[in-house]
Amino acid sequence: MAENPAYQLRRTLLYVPGNMPSMLQNIPLFQCDGVIIDLEDAVPLSEKDAARILVRRFLENYTERNKEILVRINPLDTKWALDDLKAVLPALPDGIRLPKADTPEIVERLDTLLTEYEEELGLELGRFRILPSIESAQGVINATEISRVTPRLIGLAFGAEDYTASMEIERTKSGEELFNARMNVLWAAKSAGIQAIDTIFSDVNDMDALRRETELIKRLGYTGKCMVNPRQIDVIHDVFAPKQAEVDYALQVIDAIKRAREMGTGVISLKGKMIDAPVVKRAARVLRTAYAHGLVDVIIHEEDIHGAE
Amino acid sequence: MVLNSLGRQIPEIFAGKKQIPYSDPWSLQPNAERSTRAIRRINHNGSKLLGSLREAIIATGLKDGMTISTHHSLRNGDHLLNDLVKEIDALGLRDIKIASSSIHIVHAELIPYIRKGTITGLECGVNGLIGELISKGELDCPIIVRSHGGRARALITGEVPVDVAFLAAPCCDEYGNFNGYYGPSACGSLGYAMVDAQHAHKVVAVTDNLVPYPAIPVGIPQTVVDFVVQVPTLGDPKKIVSSTTRVTTDPIGLQIAKYAANVIECSGLMKNGFSFQTGTGGISLSVAEHVRNMMRKDKIKGSFGCGGITGYFVEMLEEGLFEALFDVQCFDLKAVESIGRNRGHQEITAGTYANPFNCGAVVNRLDCVIISATEIDVDFNVNVNTESNGYLLHNTGGHCDVAAGAKLSIVVAPSIRGRLPIVRDAVTTITTPGETVGVIVTERGIAVNDKFPDLKAELIKRRVPVKDIRELRDEIYAITGVPKPLQFEDKIVGLVEYRDGSIIDVIRQVAA
Repeated sequence: MAENPAYQLRRTLLYVPGNMPSMLQNIPLFQCDGVIIDLEDAVPLSEKDAARILVRRFLENYTERNKEILVRINPLDTKWALDDLKAVLPALPDGIRLPKADTPEIVERLDTLLTEYEEELGLELGRFRILPSIESAQGVINATEISRVTPRLIGLAFGAEDYTASMEIERTKSGEELFNARMNVLWAAKSAGIQAIDTIFSDVNDMDALRRETELIKRLGYTGKCMVNPRQIDVIHDVFAPKQAEVDYALQVIDAIKRAREMGTGVISLKGKMIDAPVVKRAARVLRTAYAHGLVDVIIHEEDIHGAE
Repeated sequence: MVLNSLGRQIPEIFAGKKQIPYSDPWSLQPNAERSTRAIRRINHNGSKLLGSLREAIIATGLKDGMTISTHHSLRNGDHLLNDLVKEIDALGLRDIKIASSSIHIVHAELIPYIRKGTITGLECGVNGLIGELISKGELDCPIIVRSHGGRARALITGEVPVDVAFLAAPCCDEYGNFNGYYGPSACGSLGYAMVDAQHAHKVVAVTDNLVPYPAIPVGIPQTVVDFVVQVPTLGDPKKIVSSTTRVTTDPIGLQIAKYAANVIECSGLMKNGFSFQTGTGGISLSVAEHVRNMMRKDKIKGSFGCGGITGYFVEMLEEGLFEALFDVQCFDLKAVESIGRNRGHQEITAGTYANPFNCGAVVNRLDCVIISATEIDVDFNVNVNTESNGYLLHNTGGHCDVAAGAKLSIVVAPSIRGRLPIVRDAVTTITTPGETVGVIVTERGIAVNDKFPDLKAELIKRRVPVKDIRELRDEIYAITGVPKPLQFEDKIVGLVEYRDGSIIDVIRQVAA
């Protein structure tokens, strides 16, 4: 995992139903950046207890973690949410995907609960991260406030299925109806310095439409997408893979800034263009993504981006 | 008993014949002539047509103790072998050996005739129940499993003398010319039958589609065919199509296919002139799809696709991704339809395809091949014949032939089936020696044979999960546990022959 969570790759977050042992056991094998183990919508009411126990056991035995693990608990206003937290937190997921995060108060409440668990379990405060789902008209309007509630937030996740339901509209493959909401979530996330993660694309057989949607959200500024089927991983990674020219340029940028620092400055010109902190940060992100794709061997450290203190 | 170089105990004599223990894939070199058969002279210009299979059996002079053959291009739709053995039995003949190119599940109908002593030996591998019963000791019938290339070799050298070949002929004339392209039982390539047509002592073409002379194009010519028999049907055309001809949608299968595609990409073989073979399973077809996309993307013009041919390969040929297809058997109707009209879709004999004893088989020109496994061991040895219960359930096909021939052979298999580990300390049966296996691909990681250090380095560089094969085994054992070793009797019920005729392993009777 990268040192700074802001640079954690979250191109692909795969939903895995918490009540299906056969799918849980494949979690280590998939090449997505993270998984969201679901205790909410995927789990029928009659299996809430069983799923909780299963997920806890799975996490306890999944000692060699090779991807980020989030658990989607039931909404905080349901009778299951507290039991969900109580069951899974001791097994140390990386964070909680919070459904129906319509207001800053809901996120604050989870923040408080997580702090209590961290104290009880003797963990570092802030260890458990939160990825709130912005999935209603109310959530979209409140996104900016939500994004500033707590440093636990790794990003804002846009949930189009519930959002369209709350708007009483149909979701289309071209997605014009989502545009304003998508932008609002994105602005909120970016202004708070956290990631924006896009909604699922539910037709697992239409890879062309998935690609178009992923290309769109990447251009807008989203850094990842949730998924319902592992078959979607490759298409999304392919869209997020940096082009060779981008990689070459990023390598030159890092090289240039290192030379600049040796000369005692934080700014340098590369082929007539000024290289400064924002350019370096962008280059670092390109190279970290390129590394995940196996396109480069260099590992970018915080020191390379910000310089040694 | 003697030990072969892979540590397997091999009997010196089996079914009355002296056996050679396997030593390595390359060096066995026989000092012999090709088998011959009696010269014929047929002066008449009339029909070679006989009234029935029974008449043909009598006309060929088939006697007790002789060997017959059929080809398996009709696969599970074949009724000829079953009908033939019934007639042989009805004529009171006994102690007949079968040296067909393969035996399928549909041929379980032969079991009563094996029990009865009509059939007393199988000079070929089997799929399904017959093998299971032989493994259990419930059926007494010595069996020698051969690869496609190995079987062609055995007929060509005369090690297995076929007295009469009864060849299903989907499109045939009364003077014996036939092809596999047309008719209700069209199966496309007759690659296996061509070897029998040249080397069997007597040849009978059996057809359900007699056409006026000449049956063209001529696949197997009148000059080698002694008799023609017309029958109402050769079998069930719907079952000619091989089992799986669709890309898998299982995420684990897709992941294996993707890793296999990564291996091909990193191998450096994917360039103009690329040649490739893959099977019909869902994973293999998914690899083929990756290959097609890679070739399109990088505008690569391949040389040839090979082996059992599917519609996938036909599409790649038609798209111009390959110059040619070398087709020893057609796996689906799209391939059957293509071979009859496309000059780039070349029918080849099983000998041309994979016989190690000639001036160079087509498999020698393969860059890359995708093969399967029922089990894999830490020395890269692969089993495709028996399953983890010890039963002989599958024929070898071209497995060990293409592994030896291709520059890079890639084995694709899930790491776990049911509750059983597929990568393990030792395989139940060695079909293909690890020395000829390049890479093992499972969903849990990829093991690269030490013979390919550059490939290994490239895969690691691209962050593909390369693991030492023992590490992979341990990881799988940690999930499945270590299975208890199977218990076998001392009795050897069958041999697994390597493509060069040496014996690589034996099939023992499974303890009750």
